[in-house]
Amino acid sequence: MTEWEIEFDRISKSFFGAPALSEVNFSIEKGKTLGLIGENGAGKSTLMNILGGVFPQDEGTIRLFGKKYSPSCPADATDAGIAFIHQELNLFPNLSVVDNLFIDGFPQIGKSPFIDKSSLQKRAAALLSSVDLNISVRTPVEMLSPGERQLVEIAKALSRDARVLIFDEPTTSLTTTERKHLFNIIKKSQQQDRTIIYISHSLEDVLELSDAIAVLRDGCLVSTGPGREYSVDRMISEMVGRRIEQMYPLRSTTVGSVALLKVEGVSQPGIVRDISFKLHENEVLGIFGLLGSGRSELARIIFGLDSCRAGRISVTEQDITSSSPVESILNSLAFVTENRHQEGLLMEASVCENLALPSLREFTRFGPARILNRSRMLEFSNRIAETLRIKSGPIHKQKVKSLSGGNQQKIVIGKWLLAAPAVLILDEPTRGIDIGAKYEVYGTINKLAEEGIGIMYISSELEELTGMCDRILVMSNGEIRAEFVRPDFDQEKILQAAFSGRAGYKADNG
Amino acid sequence: MFALLFIIFGLVAPKSFHYQNIENAFKQASYIGIIAVGMTFVLLTGGIDLSVGSNMYVSAAVAGLVMQHYSISPWFALILCLLVGAVFGVVNAFAVAKLKIMPFVVTLGMMVTGRGVGLMFTKSRAVNFPDSITSLGFAELFGLVPYPIVVFAGVVFCAWLLLERTTLGRQIYAVGFSKEAARKAGVSTDRAIFTAYVLCGIFASLGGFISVAQLGNVNAGFGRGDEFDAIAAAVLGGVSLFGGAGRIFPGVVLGAVFIQAVSISLVSARVDLYLHPLIAAAFIFFAVLIDSLRNMYLAKLSRRNIRVEE
Repeated sequence: MTEWEIEFDRISKSFFGAPALSEVNFSIEKGKTLGLIGENGAGKSTLMNILGGVFPQDEGTIRLFGKKYSPSCPADATDAGIAFIHQELNLFPNLSVVDNLFIDGFPQIGKSPFIDKSSLQKRAAALLSSVDLNISVRTPVEMLSPGERQLVEIAKALSRDARVLIFDEPTTSLTTTERKHLFNIIKKSQQQDRTIIYISHSLEDVLELSDAIAVLRDGCLVSTGPGREYSVDRMISEMVGRRIEQMYPLRSTTVGSVALLKVEGVSQPGIVRDISFKLHENEVLGIFGLLGSGRSELARIIFGLDSCRAGRISVTEQDITSSSPVESILNSLAFVTENRHQEGLLMEASVCENLALPSLREFTRFGPARILNRSRMLEFSNRIAETLRIKSGPIHKQKVKSLSGGNQQKIVIGKWLLAAPAVLILDEPTRGIDIGAKYEVYGTINKLAEEGIGIMYISSELEELTGMCDRILVMSNGEIRAEFVRPDFDQEKILQAAFSGRAGYKADNG
Repeated sequence: MFALLFIIFGLVAPKSFHYQNIENAFKQASYIGIIAVGMTFVLLTGGIDLSVGSNMYVSAAVAGLVMQHYSISPWFALILCLLVGAVFGVVNAFAVAKLKIMPFVVTLGMMVTGRGVGLMFTKSRAVNFPDSITSLGFAELFGLVPYPIVVFAGVVFCAWLLLERTTLGRQIYAVGFSKEAARKAGVSTDRAIFTAYVLCGIFASLGGFISVAQLGNVNAGFGRGDEFDAIAAAVLGGVSLFGGAGRIFPGVVLGAVFIQAVSISLVSARVDLYLHPLIAAAFIFFAVLIDSLRNMYLAKLSRRNIRVEE
């Protein structure tokens, strides 16, 4: 009889009415490794966060080692023997390796409160050697490479004698050698009969490591079974699935011939290499890539937030290669950032203030005195709010933080419209908002494209790009790998291009 | 940086290197140093305590008033003084940890409230201390080392022990880096914050007591501005205002001595009195600038690379 380590029984979870997981049912065998795969937003992280005690499920039960398990905080999960190695590592760079290993409880001298230094050094050294990490235990973590940090995090998990290890995208920031090293450690843990959940976009890696596979799509379990029954192609087709197209409204215009944005041979060592493309009027150009492919970094370079070492960027024939964001805005370029809470919106300010912020100079009067003309500002902001159908109270009073995610995102887009840009860069414009709001954002994007604006649409949701774009460029490893023109969007081929260039992927597969 | 500045002062004012001057610098630095040690705990958690000046005033005034009305031993007065300091710490910690109010606002409020309470108790008159206290301020251990320096050394040692050699101490650093990450790592953040603020309160009142023992009385302006000297000493000693970085020894100790050394040197070099605050401010600015540059450098280091260039 098989011994189950973890059993998920009809787990459901929704955020603000949008379902993230529905009735997920599967089990993981004791001492085996499960590869958990799915597109971004498929629910992998949600499921693991529930297991790790970050938040609870709405419905269903988890059984751990046969017993009902319901953690109320991350510490409960740790106590139950689950170690979660987060994608963004949970270490303190200001402290040394040894401090990080024992931060929630140092070995002490007898009953005194003082740290037992000698046994500390010994235990820390033993832990580091168990992950084959050859550094001094007193090294500050900020001096370590991403790969070494990962090993420290794993050593920490081992020090708790964790029975279950969860790896969330562990290889994204690792070099090839570091990755190899990590795999050796994982294999060692497998031999020690630890249960492992391995999440990755690198499907070859998943196949190499896993005894069993589970595929999630849109919060539902598509399939699960022994690893030998899966191939990369089967995994991709199950991750993508088939869905309806009506979600995406149609545009009434076709792509124009004038190139608004020209990017020629842009390179920045360590970030992107030799990026060239043109964006035309009325065009929606999709940029697809997995996390860490360089898509957002490219947008930051184009907008002038980061520098590039080589290449040329121009908007409407104006060279903006090394211009600051302010100059980019003056040159009719607009950038809607990925992280609207931190970068895009002033949450405490009113809707009107947010909308008018990038174009305040348009609303000044009395010449050089530049006093704001508030009524004109309000008038224009109201017009934008109406066009985008922003649901809000009086826009000069309502604070942005009290609006829904969809409406907030409309404000982020709307605030650039007052400045009448020629080119609009959207980075993940629909992340974290519900389906209805997504639909409205799509409508807004179409409307802008119909007015002649060139839109560079960055997204990790392939479905969305194939529904919205005229053309899709696929990025991987900081380079453009492939170009697809509507209607020849083949999701599997696009995904294969996105996976190419990643360590462990054979090029002849595409 | 310290070496550089000491050399500059050595050249400008060679007198400041006489033994007497160095002992003076340490003696006068001891009360600011003790407060700065307490401040360091709070700064390490990513907070700030502006109420230490008022804390010194209230705790010393209460001790002085009780001594005037009841004949109690100086040791009992000291304990009373530290208790009042601890109350300041508890109130601050409660507001920061439980009510989640920003430390700057909480302690600014306590600074004003404390001063007001002190003025009410004393009716804004100076409180004189009996000789039993002032004799302590000038006594020397084995007739060699002045007591303020002994106490300072003791405080530094205890604080160093707590921060470097206990789990709680290391957790204070973790909380200062990121409260959220610390919670995820299974650290009791409330415990760390309470410890930091309460210790800061106790050390502030202890520093006040030592200062009183040297001055002999407490007037309405006692302790005013000392919070900034304490913060400056900690920051000069390498404690980050962003939390999570900095050490008691030698950093903060040197910072406190340095601040006093600057003013002693300025006096012995006969620098125009009106220039003193300007020069002191310039040093503090310089120290904070270095802190900020360090953070910018760290941010740059942690930027993720996507490609591996061959």
